[in-house]
Amino acid sequence: MIQQIDYFVIAVPLVLALVAGLVLMLDAFLPTGRRTQTGLGLVSLGGIVVALGFVVAQAVRGGGSRATFCVPESLATAAGAGSAAACSFVVDRFTLIFAGLVLVAAVVVVLMSMSELAGGGIPAGEWYFLVLCTLVGAVTLPASRDLIMLVVALELVSLPVFALTALKRYDGRSSEAAVKLFLVSVVSTAVMLFGVSLLYGIAGTVYLSRLASVFSGTVAAPGAATPEAHSSLLAADHGLPGVVTVGLVLVVAGFAFKIAAVPFHSWAADVYQGAPVPVAALLSVISKAAGFAGLILLLVAALPGQASTWTPIIAVVAALTMTVGNLLAMRQRSAVRLLAWSSVAQSGYILAPLAVAAQTGATAAGPSLTVGAAGAAGAAGAAGAAGAAGAAGAAGAAGAAGATGLVAAADAAGAVGASVAYLVIYAAMNLGAFAVVMLVSRTTARNELDDYRGLAFRSPVAAIALAFCLICLAGLPPGLAGLFAKVVVFREIIEGGAGWLAVVMAVNTVIGLYYYVVWTARLFTPVEAVPAGVRRAVPAVWVAVGIALVVALLFSVAPQLVLGVTSLSASG
Amino acid sequence: MTSLLPVALLAVPLLGALLLLVAPTALRPWLRVYGLVVSGVALVLAVVMVATFDYGQAARPQFAVDREWISGLGLHFHLAVDGISLPLIALTALLTFLCFVYLSWGDARGPGQLLRARAGGARPRAMVFTLLVLEVGMIGTFLALDLLLFFVFFEIVLIPMYFLIAIWGGKGRRGASIKFILYTLLGSVVMLLGLLLVWARTGTLDIVALGQAHGAGMPRAVQILAFVAIGVGLAVKTPMWPLHTWLPDAHTEAPTVGSVLLAGVLLKMGTYGFARIAIPVLPEGAVAVAPWLGAFAVVGIVYGALACLAQRDLKRMIAYSSVGHMGFVLLGFATLTTVGVNGALFANVAHGLITGLLFFLAGAIKERYGTADMRVLGGGMLATLPHLGSVLTFAAIASLGVPGLAGFWGEMLSLFGAFQPGDGLPRGLFLTFMVIGGLGAVLTAAYFLVMLSRVTHGLPERAVPAAVARSGALGSRPPGPSDGGIGRRGLRDIQGYEWAAWVPLIVLILLFGLWPKLLLSLTTPAVQTLLGALS
Repeated sequence: MIQQIDYFVIAVPLVLALVAGLVLMLDAFLPTGRRTQTGLGLVSLGGIVVALGFVVAQAVRGGGSRATFCVPESLATAAGAGSAAACSFVVDRFTLIFAGLVLVAAVVVVLMSMSELAGGGIPAGEWYFLVLCTLVGAVTLPASRDLIMLVVALELVSLPVFALTALKRYDGRSSEAAVKLFLVSVVSTAVMLFGVSLLYGIAGTVYLSRLASVFSGTVAAPGAATPEAHSSLLAADHGLPGVVTVGLVLVVAGFAFKIAAVPFHSWAADVYQGAPVPVAALLSVISKAAGFAGLILLLVAALPGQASTWTPIIAVVAALTMTVGNLLAMRQRSAVRLLAWSSVAQSGYILAPLAVAAQTGATAAGPSLTVGAAGAAGAAGAAGAAGAAGAAGAAGAAGAAGATGLVAAADAAGAVGASVAYLVIYAAMNLGAFAVVMLVSRTTARNELDDYRGLAFRSPVAAIALAFCLICLAGLPPGLAGLFAKVVVFREIIEGGAGWLAVVMAVNTVIGLYYYVVWTARLFTPVEAVPAGVRRAVPAVWVAVGIALVVALLFSVAPQLVLGVTSLSASG
Repeated sequence: MTSLLPVALLAVPLLGALLLLVAPTALRPWLRVYGLVVSGVALVLAVVMVATFDYGQAARPQFAVDREWISGLGLHFHLAVDGISLPLIALTALLTFLCFVYLSWGDARGPGQLLRARAGGARPRAMVFTLLVLEVGMIGTFLALDLLLFFVFFEIVLIPMYFLIAIWGGKGRRGASIKFILYTLLGSVVMLLGLLLVWARTGTLDIVALGQAHGAGMPRAVQILAFVAIGVGLAVKTPMWPLHTWLPDAHTEAPTVGSVLLAGVLLKMGTYGFARIAIPVLPEGAVAVAPWLGAFAVVGIVYGALACLAQRDLKRMIAYSSVGHMGFVLLGFATLTTVGVNGALFANVAHGLITGLLFFLAGAIKERYGTADMRVLGGGMLATLPHLGSVLTFAAIASLGVPGLAGFWGEMLSLFGAFQPGDGLPRGLFLTFMVIGGLGAVLTAAYFLVMLSRVTHGLPERAVPAAVARSGALGSRPPGPSDGGIGRRGLRDIQGYEWAAWVPLIVLILLFGLWPKLLLSLTTPAVQTLLGALS
């Protein structure tokens, strides 16, 4: 039997992969030189733009989600693991938002790379190839709907980044960063794979939709003995054995490494500082977005039935992450290290709504989960609370049911929407900050906060751009994008009833304000001796700054753009 | 057409500030006049608003603009004016304009003026820009009728004020500015949580609708929680004892115009929040928390007065006097009666005028003597600088609440409100508050009189440091006949630009003192509406 592949659905990663190969070929056959270097950058940029075009086309086509790599009907019924459709690759709004975010961020990162590579000493072909490989992983990951795809895509995101970090050869700091990142990543992968294998062992399936039905108790778990047998301390919900809890914790821990959540955060600052600035930007936005996509998929699509286990874990991790990240950021003198810890803290804010998502969801969807089949059950449970989710359930055609069930399942609509909205806005603000840091790093090697003193007088545009991005990150007007993102998260938490988390976040917001505002104030402090510029920045960085700034401004004036799209994504 | 007025009030300073960013070089020769013109236009708009306001329906929001901004958050761009906000908007436009008058009247090179050279660069363009952005935030706060929009404007104010202190401030500006911004931001975040709690419970952000609902849909416990959260945020800004500790430092270090706007307008934003949001939206919470609010308020009155007695720095003393005066305002709100709240709103405006003038004077003294330390200043200002001494005496007497000047009515009405507090409030407790508050008023008189006796009276014994005297004389053009006399020791008395900035304040203090009904008739209907739920 021949698998039907819908090439339009997989066009985005396909284009990126082809361009990655093309870049490697061009690099091998074209003469080395500055012109080739720029050309390779432009080819990569072109590939990303084409991929972005496909994302837009898929979004415009609309009409619910499109899936490919599905288990054929005949086999599905034979497997008897429930009637939920099992597809490995699904393009729905969730996927499109993440793909769009990743690709727009990639444009900025590639523009920054052009400036970084202009310094020489880094092979351009390999650089762009590795960046594109990371992107393939990052756009595949949010579309993955089975555990194997998820792990493979996540590794595809991580592996090229070690090499990218180490590409700055003969730089001890860079090599150290690469080794650190490699070790952390390998350990986290091992931990996650162990967790994944445990989950697979219990559920007997790798498809997220089927995992959901097993772990919410609608379908008997093939890997478990009779439910009565498990009354130990660790026993999971729905009469499942304690090993489910173990697997869940291990998988969450694996992802926590990737998004640098506390207590798996310690690699962040060293790696960000050691890596070239564009790679740090890539780590803090693209790699992090991929990590969050995976975490959200796994928790909300595969494990909504175990919400009572993972919500407290996520809540505590979110609170710790924001607190530790902010406290560490306060003491930093290096710009990149500060951004590293601040991005750890921001991860905490992104995690926070997930901690409540399921609390509201569990109460809403809990009683009805015993009714009917998995995908339908999830959607119906949510339908009681949200009409939109009901519509999604009704439209749940074979391929779509699993995917819409994804977000509707735990009634996590608002919560996932809030997380994703925060992530999108954070990406714009953070990239803007990194782009300006990139600019400054051309003139000062150490890139410490003191080097930013008086930037407003040397380069007013850069200073205003950085000031705006920092104020956005702090969440203060006039950086309204950050404020609205925080408001959305706050509202989600308060409505979800986690008042303590809201208070922790409020305190953290103030701690964060301190270092952002102090840095901003430094930009406007006059200095007597102005250090002369050593190297001029390549114009590409200015374009990168421009893009990030325009997007951040747009989100400030009309946050509706993000909020509208992400809330739609949440309701199917 | 008239609904364009609030938008124009915001747009004029905003566009003025943006233009300054876009075309910095073209505007350079006009910088001195620029701020004056932009804030002047804003003032004219405010005057037009005052003139066309329908006084028959002062309780109703007028000139309303209501556009949906962000539907995902239910955020509306909802601006309007009623009897409570109208005086504050006029006050803001007036004080900002007077600050610009002070900065740029004449050739703008006088002590403390815009183009005066100073260490680290005067940066006049940045100064004008900062003040204009500040004006946008301040006026926006008083115009906004949407919880989140209110919060946005409330926060917008912080950043220009931070830079005003951090860049143009005195020696300890760094610490003072950081303390200021951290304190107020912490308060703001708590307030945001409170606002979101209200929003989560009621599903609307519209202040008018929330006020008409009288807290429907929120159980008493939620109302108390929300009131405490919002109240803490507002109390930091007001400031209420014991959350006031940022204020003395910020005032001492801020440049003159910064102090004037901080005392004259920014503190009012905190108290305005009580009248606009906390009390009408959360009536049950207000009743439950009011005794506490009153207790903190009277502690603030007495504490402010005692702290003032211990101060040596003139600016610091005036800053602490603000704590006391704001205590009267809060006590007025805590009574939850028409009389008390009216008194609070009156005291609000009066404090803006009087303390604005006092900070102008303290700034002028600091510019002349090089210090604001009362021991160093010595006595006898009435002899050395007769005009300055007289105006200082006038302002101090107005501030201590002599009948016939604006400071009197607000305090009197607040105390009177405490005599007969609203339903559901323990009368005995409020009587105690009234007595203690009255005692505080006596102490207020004491410290102002002590200050006057130290500074304006007595014999001029102090020898002016030569450097200060010389810089005071050389830094200015030769005094013309209109400049007022030069004091005996080379110190100049009140200059033209200073008269221009201060006379309107003096006139208004007299006007409101002699004719309080002008203001009370405006606020009374609006106050009756906002207390509707309680009566």
